[in-house]
Formats: sequence, structure tokens, C-alpha cells
Amino acid sequence: MSPTSDSSDRSAGGFGGYDPQSTGEIDSDVRGEILRQAGREPVTRAAQPLTAYGPQPAAGMTHYVRQTDIDPRAARRAERQVSIMFGLSALATVGFMIAYVVLPADSLVALPFFGRTSASNLALGLSLGLAIFLIGAGAIHWAKKLMPDVELSQERHPMLPDEQTRADALGQVVEGGLESGITRRPLLRRTLLAAMALLPLPAIVMLRDLGPAPKGELFRTMWSDGRRILADITYQPLRPEDIPVGAMVSAVPEGIVEVTHETGTLNERAKAPVVLVRMAPEDIRSQQGQGWDYQGILAYSKICTHVGCPIALYQQRTKHLLCPCHQSTFDLADSGVPIFGPAARRLPQLAISVDSEGYLVALGDFAEPVGPTIWERE
Amino acid sequence: MTATITPPAGPVQRGAEATYDYLDQRLGLSALLKTNVRKIFPDHWSFMLGEIALYSFIVVLLTGTFLTFFYKPSVTEIIYDGSYLPLRGIPMSEAYASTLNISFDIRGGLLMRQIHHWAALFFVAAISVHMFRVFFTGAFRKPREFNWLIGVSLLVLALLAGFAGYSLPDDLLSGTGLRIAAGIMQSIPVVGTWLVFLAFEGEFPGTAFIPRLYTIHVLLVPGLILALITAHLILVFYQKHTQYPGKGRTNTNVVGYPLLPVYVAKAGGFFFIVFGVLTLISALVTINPIWLYGPYMPDQVTAGSQPDWYIGFLEGALRMMPAWELLIFGYPISLNVLVPALILPGLIFTLIALYPFIEAWVTGDRREHHLLDRPRNAATRTALGVMGLTFYVVLFINGGNDVIATTFDLSINSITWAMRILLILGPWAAFVVTKRICLGLQRRDRDLLLHGRETGRILRLPSGEFVEVHEPVSEERAAILMARQDVRPLPLPPATDADGVRTPGLWHRRVRSRLSQWWYRDDIPAVTPAELAAAQSHIRHELAAAESMGVLPHEPELSEALSRH
Repeated sequence: MSPTSDSSDRSAGGFGGYDPQSTGEIDSDVRGEILRQAGREPVTRAAQPLTAYGPQPAAGMTHYVRQTDIDPRAARRAERQVSIMFGLSALATVGFMIAYVVLPADSLVALPFFGRTSASNLALGLSLGLAIFLIGAGAIHWAKKLMPDVELSQERHPMLPDEQTRADALGQVVEGGLESGITRRPLLRRTLLAAMALLPLPAIVMLRDLGPAPKGELFRTMWSDGRRILADITYQPLRPEDIPVGAMVSAVPEGIVEVTHETGTLNERAKAPVVLVRMAPEDIRSQQGQGWDYQGILAYSKICTHVGCPIALYQQRTKHLLCPCHQSTFDLADSGVPIFGPAARRLPQLAISVDSEGYLVALGDFAEPVGPTIWERE
Repeated sequence: MTATITPPAGPVQRGAEATYDYLDQRLGLSALLKTNVRKIFPDHWSFMLGEIALYSFIVVLLTGTFLTFFYKPSVTEIIYDGSYLPLRGIPMSEAYASTLNISFDIRGGLLMRQIHHWAALFFVAAISVHMFRVFFTGAFRKPREFNWLIGVSLLVLALLAGFAGYSLPDDLLSGTGLRIAAGIMQSIPVVGTWLVFLAFEGEFPGTAFIPRLYTIHVLLVPGLILALITAHLILVFYQKHTQYPGKGRTNTNVVGYPLLPVYVAKAGGFFFIVFGVLTLISALVTINPIWLYGPYMPDQVTAGSQPDWYIGFLEGALRMMPAWELLIFGYPISLNVLVPALILPGLIFTLIALYPFIEAWVTGDRREHHLLDRPRNAATRTALGVMGLTFYVVLFINGGNDVIATTFDLSINSITWAMRILLILGPWAAFVVTKRICLGLQRRDRDLLLHGRETGRILRLPSGEFVEVHEPVSEERAAILMARQDVRPLPLPPATDADGVRTPGLWHRRVRSRLSQWWYRDDIPAVTPAELAAAQSHIRHELAAAESMGVLPHEPELSEALSRH
């Protein structure tokens, strides 16, 4: 909106209240006098910046007078509004402390739209949020309504200092350098550089003991010949008849719970888990070894060959297994080869059979390492 | 507010004076205050984006300190026995159990956790949008290149801090994130396996990583961020803030409000606004409800796993990359992991960091810039920016391809393929379209200056002709529109000088000259002051003529407006 078309209710305001001759310099003797005066000066017109010192109003700027600049009632109203915000903030802080004492940490409340939520969190958050927010809102309202809104101007100076300063600075650097003798004593310079260059090495070398050397752990899992296959979560051994055609079951090796407790780590759980799927034997187009299935039951590593997410989305009709992290898709009817997504290698297959008691068992460990690419794999 | 006479120097006055003198004698306070207490800062809403980032970081530090009092960085297995009934009796890590305790047994703990998480999300978002503001207005140009570099480093550190913090609760989602990080590490040629074994003290997940990550999250990264933010602010203060063009604003002044009182109130108040809004959001909107995800188990996962938003572009890149793995002398090179997870972000951040130097090289511009560009006036830069933004957005969208697929019942394969194609073609289309829009806006600005503002008043001349009354744009507007300057592209260097000697560095200078021509060639010529004067006098004559013909009634207001030009 241009000032010409909208000049009825606003008028261009002047500046004043400052002495253009003033240099802005202040004598140390008058400092006390300035501080004393500040206590006596009545507030007259907030719109006028006090510019006896410091930066001056920018030239040629259009300034619009605010209602609070010309109407004392509007100024008082703004003052009241700011005070109310500060006052409400104080009340909210008191409310926070009451809520802290009254509400237990796990109390619940049902709200429309927000659903069931923690009553303590809601009450503490709303009171604290308001207590903080209202201080900010009050301060900004104060600044916008009651503090001068005349824009002031300061000169910029180029970053590059003037020639005299540069010559002086450079001269001092050169003289200092010459005094040190570093340019004239190459032996000193070179040995210092060599010493400094070597010094970071201990910091790097000391990182060596962050972990042990890899010893083929990534190439082994706890699967072994005759180890039973347990259903995940229930840890019960599985029989072929537990897995109907079309089903998918997540499974782990027998003893995994004990290993987890003994080692105190989940390392084995990050590589041993398999998925068991059962399909009609004529639907199996290929697998990684002759007779690695048991009556159409196939066991594939559950760990994605891309970056190691567990894969659990099985599509019964297509016999595709999909990784929920990056959507690599593996065809379990065709040796577990990847058919879509970023994974480049097939899921390792586990050869299985049944033991004398009719439970599903592994016939050994995986023939190739499970999970993401290992540099030393070939 | 009457002019009452206050008694001379009360105890408060005397105390203030004495304190001031005490400090002045020891710190030379006056010299510091003289140049800084009324330091001028230009005012614009877009300058608050960086403030939001700064204040979010302070909120993160405050709430994070509270969280450290209760969080236990340990994966030792315990049986949960806290207030959250659904998980009672379940084995889990101490890290996860202590995060549950913070959420359900410490009063205000959930609030602090949620403010911490929301503030972290705001921190990265504010840095990103702030960088877009700095990019599109050319605020990174000389002399502010170093501050741009500091800013890029801060963005990278913010991503690191966010990812580390996201991983600490050891819930199912964060553990899956770490699993992916370990997989990425392992795919690095030659040293991958070693890196994993050093970082995790053996195989993934081990027991060492969460405590180590905790140190990185609460000490190393925040320390670096704090140091860099300090340097960033010192440079802003020392070099003075840039300003948008306008009446009275030049490249050699800075126009705005003084630090005391206006900026203390506005910027200080804005800290409370940001903190307050973050607290209110955290009271009302649950973020990262780890109690729903359960403890981490490496063989469990949920469908629809999503990282925090700022990791989305990397997630999208990982999902989009074709399954390329090379075998070189029997060793695997996992391009399917290396390209999206390491090479691409490395290239993106290097390119962002080097951009100011690349642009300065292409344009040959060595001047100091304190007046910001309007994005349309730097058409090629703006188009390049939108090009990069499009690339990023396509990656980001593909990070949620499974959510899109299930929400809109589309094939995930088709979405991924569409995004792969869009990633290649989209940025180019964005470049062309943005550049055309910028040039169109340049034309419009020129038109506004030379032909004035359309007033919407149609006149019928005695000849029967209909014309629309135009009015010169206001001085304020004209000052903004006139801020653009024509820049001459670098000329093609001659192959040889007058003596027939081949120009040194000919190839290099030719490339640079061609790039410079390409950079500027489509720009619409800026209006010169002479052109403006002629055009405005023409507009005034037409108006006067219309008035004298009696078709335009004499209006004092309009005449006054005209006489101002």
C-alpha cells in the first residue's frame, strides 16, 4: 500500500529529540550525571528515539506513526496488555507447580481429538508452555507498541582495512617471523614439521583397542548339524506338520536364549534368525542346494543382504519376501534371489531336515555369510 | 505518565553507578558498550529463521541436560518393573528401561523428552530453511563465505546429533536405524569389517556402542556445535547483518533497530516464543512414543519403519538405488549401499559447501555484498537452487514410498521406478521452469518501473480511444525494483595477444567465460536511472494531457503523488 493512497489515518512522522551536532562522545566525568538523569526523564513520546548518543535515524525513510505514539490511551492500553501477559505467565508458573504436586507421572486423561494422553504431561506442558510463551509475547508486544519504531542507520566499512593498517600488520608479522629465524634455519623448520606431523599418530593408534580384530565371526552363525529349529518367541521346536503350505514362520536355532544370556549380547540374534516357508514342492523352481528343503519347507536367512534389516513381509501368492526397510524383494521359490530393490545378493539358504523325533533341524551352518556385504567374503 | 520530579539518585541509582564503575575499571566496559549497545540490526521475518535454529539448540541443551540425570547408557539386560504395564516383566536394555522411566515415572520427564525431540526436529528444519534463505538471497557472497562454511558444518553436525540421539533409547525403531548404519559401515571397501568391529567392539550390536554413542551425543557433537555457533554469531556481529534492498538502504549502511532496547526485547522475546511453542507442541502432540515400539530385537521389525524427517532423503536414496554390486578381483564393491549412503551425501554437502566459491569463480564477482539479492534477480542461481531442492524432495518422498504405497494403494515398484526417473528428469525441468519464472518477474519489474502501476481506471479519450491510467510506483517500491544491476559476463579471452603470443591459461579462461555468458545471458536489462526519469516524465505528461483534455478530473491527491516523482 503506497503512502499516498493511504494517508488519511496515518501521517508521516518526524524524528527530533536528538541533536545532529552531537558527536556521541561522552566524557567519563559526566557518566554519573547521565545515569542520574535517566531516573528523572519522564516518558513523553515513545515514537522518538533518543539519539544524543550512538546511531542516528536513517535518512529518507518513510515512517508511519502508530496509534500508541499519538494517543496516550492507546499507549496505556498496550502497557496494560503487556502487563497482563506477564501476569498470566506468573500464574501459569504457579499452575505448573500445582500440577507437578497433584498429578502422578503416569496419570491419563481422554481428550477429544487428541485421544488418551498423559494428564501430567498435558498439564505440565500447557502451563509451562504458556508461562514461557507469554513472557516472549509480552516482550515483543512491548517492543512493537511502546518502543521507538524509527529505523536507525549505521555505516558499514569494507572488511579490507586501509593500506596503512595492512602494511603495518603485515610488517609486524614479517618482522616477528624473521626474528624467530624460522625462514633462515631450515633444519629447525623441517624437524619441527616432522615432529608435528607425527604427533597425531598416537591419537589414531590408540583407537585400535576400540574393538577386537575380526576373526571370521561374520562368516559363522550358531547353526550346526542336527540343531533344532525353534519357533521365534515361543522357543518351541517345530515339526513339519506345524507349518502348513503357504505359511511363513520366523525361527531361531535351539540354544539362542542361553547364548544370549551367556554372552550378554544380541549378536547371534542379529545373524542366526531364519524364516521358514512351506510351498508345494512343484512350486519350488530352484534352491541353493539339492534337497535343502524338507517336503517343501525352505529355510532362508531372515537378515537382509542389503544393510541387515530383518525381513518379515511374506506374500503367500507370489512367494516373495519383502524387506520393510528398503523394499528389497526376494523370490523364495527361486533360490531367494533378489528381484527388486537395492539388495544385490540372494538370501542364504539353510539346509534342513528332521531328526529322529520328527523335529525340524539344520543340516549345518549357512554355506555363505548372512547379512550385508563383507569385504572379505569371496 | 506525568512529568513528576523524582528525587535525586536513590540507592538503586547509586548502586547501578557504582557497579558500572567497578566493571568499567576492570573490563573497560564502556569501550565495548559504546560500539555495541546500540548496534543496528536490520529487520525482516526471514532473519528469524536462524534465530529459531539458535533457540531450538538452547532448548535442546537445557532439556538434554535434564534427561542425562535419568538416562542410563547401557545395554545390560534387565527385567522391566516400571509403571508402564504392557511392558512389565519383559527383558530389555537399561537404556530402554530408563527411557521408559523418564516417560512414565519421572514427573515432567515425558515433557522434557518430547521437548528435546521436537526441538531437535525444529533445529534441523530451521537450519535447512535458514540456509535456503541465505542461498536464494545471495547472503553467502563475499565477505560471508566462511560463515556459509560454518553453517554447512553445523547442518552436518545437527544431522549427526539427531541420528545419535534418535538411536539412544534402544527401542525397536532406533535399533533398526543402528543396524542400517552398521550395514552401511560394513559395506565400505577394504576397512568396512574393521570399522564395524572397532565401533561396536566386535559384531553388531554388541554392548559398547550405545555408551559410546552417548558420549558422542552429549559431549563431542554438542561441543562442536556450540563452538561453531559461537563463531557463526561472532562473524554475524563483526561483519554486520545483510539487509534487503529498499529506500535508504545501501551496500555501505545498515538500517534497522538498535540492539538496546528493540532487539533485546524482540530477539530475547522470540527465544521465549520458540521455547513456549515447543513446550506447547510437546504437551499436545506425542513424538517418538518408544513404549509402543518395544525393546530392540535384531530379528524383529515393523512395517512402515520411518526415520526422523532429516534422514528421509538418505533413506529415499537407499530405497531408490538399483541393486548394483561389482566384484573387483573377487572383492565386492557395494554400489547399492555406497552410492546412496556415503557418496551421494558426500557429494551433496561438498557441493553445498563449495557453492559460494563456484559462483564467484563463474561470475568473476569480487565485490563485497551486503545488500541481498531478490531471488528473481539472480535467475540462474535461483534456478540452480530449485534444481537442487527438487533433487532433494524426490529423494525425500521416496523415503516414504512404502507409506505412499499403502496409503494410496499403489505398487511400490511403480513408485520407486517413477521416483528414479523423476530424480533424473525433475531437476532439469525445475531449472528451466524456475529460470523462466524469474525472467518473467524481471520483465514485470522493468515494466512496472517504465510504465507505472495500473490503476484500474479506464478513460475514454475524445478520439474515442480507451486508455488505462497508469501511475508511477511509489518511491519505496521503486527503490526495491531499482536495486538490480546489470552485470556484464566475462568476455571471451583472445587466443593470442597483440604480439601473437598465446594467452596463458586460455582453456581455463574460455570455460569460465562461457559459463559466465550462460549465467547472465538471459537476464532482462535492468532499468537505468535515466530510463526511469524519462519514463516517469512520460507517464506524468500523459496524465497531465488527460487532465487538460478534461477526461481526467483534476485530483489534488493524484497530483501530489505525481509531483513527488
